[in-house]
Amino acid sequence: MLGNYLKLSLKILGRRKFFTFVSLFGIGFTLLVLTLSAAVLDHIFGAYPPETRADRTLSVYAVRMEGDDSQSTGPGGFKLYDQYLRDIPGVERMSVLTTPQHVVSYWNGTRIQSALKRTDADFFRILDFRFLEGEPFGDADVNDGRFVAVINESTRRKFFGKAQAVGKSFEADGQTFKVVGVVPDVPIFRLMASGDIYVPVTTAKSDEYRQRIRSGFMAMFLVKDRSLIESVQQEFKARLARVEVPPNFKRILAVPESVFGTFSRVILGDFESEDTASRLLSILLTMAVLFMVLPAVNLVNLNVSRALERASEIGVRRAFGASARDLLLQFLFENVIISVVGGVLALIMAALALFALNRADLVPYAHFAINFRIAAWGFAFALTFGVLSGLWPAWRLSRLKPIQALGGSR
Amino acid sequence: MSVPMIRLDNIEKVYRTDRIETVALSGINLDVEEGEFVSIMGPSGCGKSTLMHLMGLLDAPSKGTISLGGAVVTDASDKALARLRNQSIGFVFQSFHLIPDLSVLDNVEIPLLYRKVGAAERRKAAEAALERVGLSARKHHFPSQLSGGQQQRVAIARAIVGKPRILLADEPTGNLDSQMGDEILSILQDLNTKEKTTLVMVTHDPRQAEKTARTIRMFDGRRVN
Repeated sequence: MLGNYLKLSLKILGRRKFFTFVSLFGIGFTLLVLTLSAAVLDHIFGAYPPETRADRTLSVYAVRMEGDDSQSTGPGGFKLYDQYLRDIPGVERMSVLTTPQHVVSYWNGTRIQSALKRTDADFFRILDFRFLEGEPFGDADVNDGRFVAVINESTRRKFFGKAQAVGKSFEADGQTFKVVGVVPDVPIFRLMASGDIYVPVTTAKSDEYRQRIRSGFMAMFLVKDRSLIESVQQEFKARLARVEVPPNFKRILAVPESVFGTFSRVILGDFESEDTASRLLSILLTMAVLFMVLPAVNLVNLNVSRALERASEIGVRRAFGASARDLLLQFLFENVIISVVGGVLALIMAALALFALNRADLVPYAHFAINFRIAAWGFAFALTFGVLSGLWPAWRLSRLKPIQALGGSR
Repeated sequence: MSVPMIRLDNIEKVYRTDRIETVALSGINLDVEEGEFVSIMGPSGCGKSTLMHLMGLLDAPSKGTISLGGAVVTDASDKALARLRNQSIGFVFQSFHLIPDLSVLDNVEIPLLYRKVGAAERRKAAEAALERVGLSARKHHFPSQLSGGQQQRVAIARAIVGKPRILLADEPTGNLDSQMGDEILSILQDLNTKEKTTLVMVTHDPRQAEKTARTIRMFDGRRVN
């Protein structure tokens, strides 16, 4: 039966060219936008190297300090993490790192701008960098404040061309660092991992950062096991309550969570709720559904107006034994088929669009691509669209009485 | 006494809109015996087609009962009626009602789609039905590539592919010239005599009605004989 429906659907697509074009254009364009959005979100939040342990890594990008008349939101301070949040039970490793600082180098008469992060040795233990050359800096380098650096491959190219970089020195922000390792580029969306130059936090020009509760630092916590995430978050919260906040402020709020969770918290400006990630995900999915509604309504209209054209078929099928349910399934199936064809076209167009986007290099180090997960999302969007736009017309067509559909048999 | 294949008992059919009530059929009692070939005649608008639709379970009476093979079917569910139409009744319509997007063979297969019949078996049965109406050579054509008479023969093949006990033909020759009409009628007669299919045919043509075993005459929604 389904094979027959499929055959009929494909025949109708082939024979009603204008209808097919209008439908596929609407479906394809809608799904293209959704698939592109999914590809971008996946690229930002998916578990790709070096964030391969994303499932048990908690991050803190921003904190909020609140007082009676004042509020301050932004990255936390080194002191907050170092003094209050170390050695939380269940945490395997913790890394404190600066937000990227834009530093300038003058090298062989060229001005080179780089994003520099100052961090510790655990940064390279939590993140899973594949070293192209050399190795990460270690605890001794950090403790002794050695001027060593790990750079990404684009920075290596800018400073040293195609030559090896390990062992060579370069200048950044008025300081000279010796390269100890080279890692692949990480897209700037990856708040924690991205950077051009990584150096020990102890190479900072002054020690002032050690006194700050809120300024310039982020943190990552590698939890021993996913099941411990909740207890780590609770302990984190308890410890925040003990933080000695600066004058004018009464409390400090932050939640360690997934990258997407951190992003949601910042976007939603909510530093207290337990789970902002699901809320943002619901908002995004609602937006996706709303985005599908208008073209779906168009397709509903088109389908309903085509009912007259297909009335005779409905009548014949009813006369020869189709129940209302059979017809409902047939028309729904047809709509899902056209939506899935639209979805496949959208995936192809999305792949081409992403290829163009990558070539244009609009987003530094980004390499957007369609993968199995995106294809699955695209398929899910297509199915949702097919059901959304097909159910009502299918239901209406299936409810036609045989005699109405046959138009008095004439 | 044998049970009639079709029994209509005190049937009334009224079409109601907000303002008007139209009585299409009133006080119809009718038995059609198994293997009988009955024609229904009467002027336009007298209720012939409505009567046929009720017999074919395509519409429900406002009053009265319909029985097929002795079982009352008037209150059956949509699903049960669909199954009855599928298993027991074949239809031939004046305007053929072939699905233009499907080939002749696919059109003929339609009734079998709603039975648990495998694709190969469906194909075989559809080919046999087309053979029966002399259209095997056209099985891969589309309806628009056929003449009116050929389309009606496809419609007959579709009606008989599931070997129904009852065949209802609503002015099957109405859109055809007399020669084509005679050909179609002879196929129907052949089905009646050889397969013992119970046949009810609505017609305007007295010449064709004469060739059936019995003629029911209608006027203004009532039987007049």
